[in-house]
Amino acid sequence: MAGAGLVTTVATPAAASTDHLPNNDQFGMLYDATKCVGCKACMAACKRVNARPGGLAFEQARFDEDGLWDAPEDLDGNTRTLIKLYKDAKGWSYVKYSCMHCQKPSCVSVCPVSAMTKDPKTGIVDYSKDTCIGCRYCQVACPFNIPKFQWDRTIPQIVKCDLCRNTNLKEKGKPACAETCPAGAILFGRREDLLAEARSRLKQYPKRYVAHIYGEHEMGGTNHLYLAAMPFERLGLPTLKSEAPASFSERIQHTIYKGFIAPVALYASLCCIALRNLKKTVPRPEAELERTQPKEI
Amino acid sequence: MGDHEFQKQEGKILTPSFFVLLSLSLVGLLLILVRCVKGIGAVSNMSDGYPWGIWIAYDVATGTAIACGGYAVAILVYIRNRMHYHPLIRSCILTSMFGYGLAGFSVMVDLGRPWNAYNFFVPSKWQANSAMFEVALCVMAYSTVLIIEFLPAILYSLETSRWRRLQMVMDRLHPFFSPGKDAVLGKISYVRSAAAWLRPRLEKVLIFIIVLGITLPTMHQSSLGSMLLIAATKLHPLWHSPFLPLFFLINCIYIGYSIAILESVISSYAFRRPYEIPQLSGLAGIIPWLASLWLVVIVGDLAWRGQLGAAGRFDIYSCFFLLEFALLGFGSFILFSHHNRRSPRWLFVSAALIVLGGALYRFNVYLIGFNPGKGWIYFPSLAEVMISVGIVAIELLGYQVLVKMVPVLPRIHLHPYSRPRRNITFQGPGHPVAHSPTLP
Repeated sequence: MAGAGLVTTVATPAAASTDHLPNNDQFGMLYDATKCVGCKACMAACKRVNARPGGLAFEQARFDEDGLWDAPEDLDGNTRTLIKLYKDAKGWSYVKYSCMHCQKPSCVSVCPVSAMTKDPKTGIVDYSKDTCIGCRYCQVACPFNIPKFQWDRTIPQIVKCDLCRNTNLKEKGKPACAETCPAGAILFGRREDLLAEARSRLKQYPKRYVAHIYGEHEMGGTNHLYLAAMPFERLGLPTLKSEAPASFSERIQHTIYKGFIAPVALYASLCCIALRNLKKTVPRPEAELERTQPKEI
Repeated sequence: MGDHEFQKQEGKILTPSFFVLLSLSLVGLLLILVRCVKGIGAVSNMSDGYPWGIWIAYDVATGTAIACGGYAVAILVYIRNRMHYHPLIRSCILTSMFGYGLAGFSVMVDLGRPWNAYNFFVPSKWQANSAMFEVALCVMAYSTVLIIEFLPAILYSLETSRWRRLQMVMDRLHPFFSPGKDAVLGKISYVRSAAAWLRPRLEKVLIFIIVLGITLPTMHQSSLGSMLLIAATKLHPLWHSPFLPLFFLINCIYIGYSIAILESVISSYAFRRPYEIPQLSGLAGIIPWLASLWLVVIVGDLAWRGQLGAAGRFDIYSCFFLLEFALLGFGSFILFSHHNRRSPRWLFVSAALIVLGGALYRFNVYLIGFNPGKGWIYFPSLAEVMISVGIVAIELLGYQVLVKMVPVLPRIHLHPYSRPRRNITFQGPGHPVAHSPTLP
């Protein structure tokens, strides 16, 4: 089959991607699970700051009109950050979920209309509901299941953390969660500084932590980093390779469609074959037969 | 492209099956209305873990593969130059047109913010890294191509029809509302001459459109596989392979040939026409080789990625994988036999097995092998299923009506091996088979 030639050039999965190095100047956050006291002040602050009616960031649960009670089970269409508690026989740990602001984000790679974007300077992965078509491919692609969709609304949108880009970060230079945290569990800053801080904590208290900074290499690096006393897998943070899935899929897609040469070449060669075939075909006797017969109506 | 190869199916349009399909379509449309008013969550069981349900896995990923009959037969006719398959092509193109059109329609139902879909036409919003962008543009282009490919049939009907149905309607309306019959008939002659002007000009350039109609599915069917490449951590290793685009391409071609057989056998049965055995057995001769190629590539890929063990683990994933494998293997095994390829019954059974196996592969990739993590489950809700059923009903309805209005089905007396209707022998309850004593 002529078309099969297109895809046989698919690249083999290489061990690690070298085409992209982490940019450590971008903004990030360091969450230290051993410092978190589970007060959920970050969640409340996130909702308070981002709940501007009508704004891009509007989020408030529908049943929570008076603002008195809202205890989400998981990240959802009204919740961009969440504290959970993990417990087993050996111990317990809090864990905070929010967008990881990956260095090579899958959601940005798959969005067909550029509604998900990554700011090259700040590193913020942002979403524009004015462009989004609601296809939810970002949800399929994100290994952390971060983008959430408003299933219950007539006019839904995707909701995810944007580091308070249009709210707290603009006004006070810090995301609301990092500003509010009373235990100092959430640090906001440049990725490079955060990594240095994390390394020094690991060095200073080696018994307190699992000897790993989650997010340093996962998926080509994330800007949201984690330290914890428990294996990260148990805290709901998946074990990931250092190659970003987006690099893998883009390499295959770009191998096939490089410069749009293959599709054009396929079309041109198929045209040649089809035209040659048409010339070869002689008028068939049935056609003659047909002319002598009355037409079917 | 000669219209002498095709004929209209005679018969009433308003049959019992018409009304059954119509009511299913209306139920589907009603539920779509509910979805538009109350949101996607009100009718579907999709969740943040399973953001794509059967509307994508069935209507788009599987539906477009099932609509690949037009693509697969066009390759055979125009590229491999097997012109004797040409009588099959119009009905294949018609089903492809409905399949793709309705896949596009399902996407619009599935999209959360469809009013923003115009962004696909805004170059500054284009995102060439996204497989979905490629799929969306190609599917839109291919749907247009299919309509143009089908246009000659419609133009031919406009040109030659006596507009019996229109006249009947006008006669019935006459005492209450008289639309000025002569004026309408005058307009009809304009339509006729316009159709007569356009048709030969269209047919001259049609081959370039047809070839476009072969290029576009090659691109987007492989990209439908590429869509899941990114889900490296969510798609089970049995299916997550860098060769997904190649698998989807081969898969759609054998599904295409099988569906061409199924469709022909079913319409011969339903419309009481002779079976098109010579063409069908030719198609059936290609399928087992394609399916074997596919099975070999799949096994080779699993071995290369060291995942053969996962196939024999007999957990739920391995069971679905083996089922898919068995359906395909058994279906193509039947077709290796020359005798079975000439029996409408075996043709039907094996084509159905292969379509099921091929469709199961796509379901495995899009839904069954997709695991977003602990705690997420998905099974479609009744309303969600009924929307998909409604969309399929619209497709069947459209096919059933159009074959009675435009020449789509192969002309019976031109069959190389069949005879005109009076020579039809009957096998079984009222069910004709072409009398063909001289089969080679």
